[in-house]
Amino acid sequence: MNVHRAGRPIIVVCAAGLALLFVGLAHAGDDVSPARQRELVHLVRQDCGACHGLTLQGGLGAPLTAVALRDKPADGLAATILHGRPGTAMPPFKSMLDEAEAQWIAAQLLKGFPREN
Amino acid sequence: MRTSLLFVLSLLLSACSGIAPRGSGDLGVVIERADGSVKIVDSSQRAVLARVTGLGDLSHASVVFSRDQRYAFVFGRDGGLSKVDLLEQKLVQRVQQAGNSIGGAISQDGSLIVAQNYEPGGIKAFRTDTLEQVADVPAEYGNDGKRSKVVGLADLPGNRFAYALFDAGEIRITDLSDPSRPKTQRWAAGKQPYDALVTPDGRYFIAGLFGEDGLAMLDTWQPELGVKKVLSGYGRGQEPLPVFKMPHLRGWAQAGGRLYLPAIGRHEVLVVDMQTWQEVGRIAVRSQPVFVMARPDGREIWVNFAFPDNSHVQVIDTLTQRITDTLQPGKTVLHMEFTPRGEQVWLSVRDDNRVVVYDTATRRPLQQIEALSPSGIFFTARAARIGF
Ligand code: HEC
Repeated sequence: MNVHRAGRPIIVVCAAGLALLFVGLAHAGDDVSPARQRELVHLVRQDCGACHGLTLQGGLGAPLTAVALRDKPADGLAATILHGRPGTAMPPFKSMLDEAEAQWIAAQLLKGFPREN
Repeated sequence: MRTSLLFVLSLLLSACSGIAPRGSGDLGVVIERADGSVKIVDSSQRAVLARVTGLGDLSHASVVFSRDQRYAFVFGRDGGLSKVDLLEQKLVQRVQQAGNSIGGAISQDGSLIVAQNYEPGGIKAFRTDTLEQVADVPAEYGNDGKRSKVVGLADLPGNRFAYALFDAGEIRITDLSDPSRPKTQRWAAGKQPYDALVTPDGRYFIAGLFGEDGLAMLDTWQPELGVKKVLSGYGRGQEPLPVFKMPHLRGWAQAGGRLYLPAIGRHEVLVVDMQTWQEVGRIAVRSQPVFVMARPDGREIWVNFAFPDNSHVQVIDTLTQRITDTLQPGKTVLHMEFTPRGEQVWLSVRDDNRVVVYDTATRRPLQQIEALSPSGIFFTARAARIGF
């Protein structure tokens, strides 16, 4: 009996999680064309790199390697990218990036950001 | 035994005869930031002489020169310090001195190379000839041993070095006249100093502040007077614009008793009278200024800009304080360097993979030089200038 009672919330949580995952995936890929993705890789490596380092190991800004960001949720990172962090040197990029692009960048950062070729 | 010695000698001789004697006063290096390489260039011929590779992560590289102008010391972002022989055109030595570094300086007597580091925060000194480490001065602050990122390192007379602490909000001067016993003085400077400069006479050390409207100035001839705030409230209470790249203060622009400085979070160049330290003007420019550099004669100031509007360069006339030209050298102009007497300026155009050389009199391009993702350009004449 107890087992059944505990089972239902888990299913609900899983379903919600899956739904979130799908939303996340849609954000992370569909809205950003491959050509734009190349531009974003250039932007992050070169211009975020001015503060975070070309290798994203950090500089004036924090390191943005997969290891450094390990426990951070993608939404939080995307929000930081769009809105900056007031009181710190992290500027808001919302004038240049939309929500889907920020999500895409956050997802790539968490996976280990692609190199430019 | 003797024959092999002769053989070695003759090899040496033939190797040496390959290099015609030449001076190094018109040489320089161009950083290729993505590839960890530098190009050795000749500003008289406007040509590339050689490419030297294997210098690590050069995404925020800077260079100082030995006083004989033969060696370039390249500070890499990854904490690598490389010594490049401009005449033999090769990397002669390389040490890994920190985890994350932002640049360096050379002592007045030329004997010490000093690196400024983010991680671990502090400065370190090395012998110019061997790159052997001779001093390590952590930028500790507070009571729990925290270390601050160091910015704005500049050499002062007497083998002293001035620098600012981004996280601690301080200016410090470390005396390395006896490197085995560094002596450090410290002053509160203000919120988040992001870079600094020393005036060409080595007297005034000025740190730009990211966290407040104004700059912190120390008269190093009278350090007992302490740090003075200059240009306080230059933003006039207006919300600063986002800053996508920090301005650079080294490469100062002093002309006609005035200092021209990039405002932060404002699309302006600020003009300060160096007698009174009052603002005497501000010049509206296209975007967030990054480098504000005087042509060596001080007659004009050249300005480049931060991402995303970084493909232009503007020229300010120092007599009229007006913009006289807006040039478009190419996509993403990262840095500029004048020849020693200022007849040419070399501009690195990162996204076009080239360096463009302009004639400063006609403001026309004279030459294009290929370089992979070029950033800093440094000419050996820097060897003779305080603060470079
Ligand atoms: C002008 C300098 C600067 C630029 C340019 C910059 N950042 Fe930052 N960034 C910072 C600083 C400083 C911090 C640390 C803020 C703090 O102390 O909380 C930061 C923090 C971050 C964080 C949060 C890291 C964490 O551990 O929580 C992310 C994500 C980030 N930046 C992404 C970016 C991206 C992506 C770009 C380019 C689109 C970018 N940044 C450009 C300075 C910069």
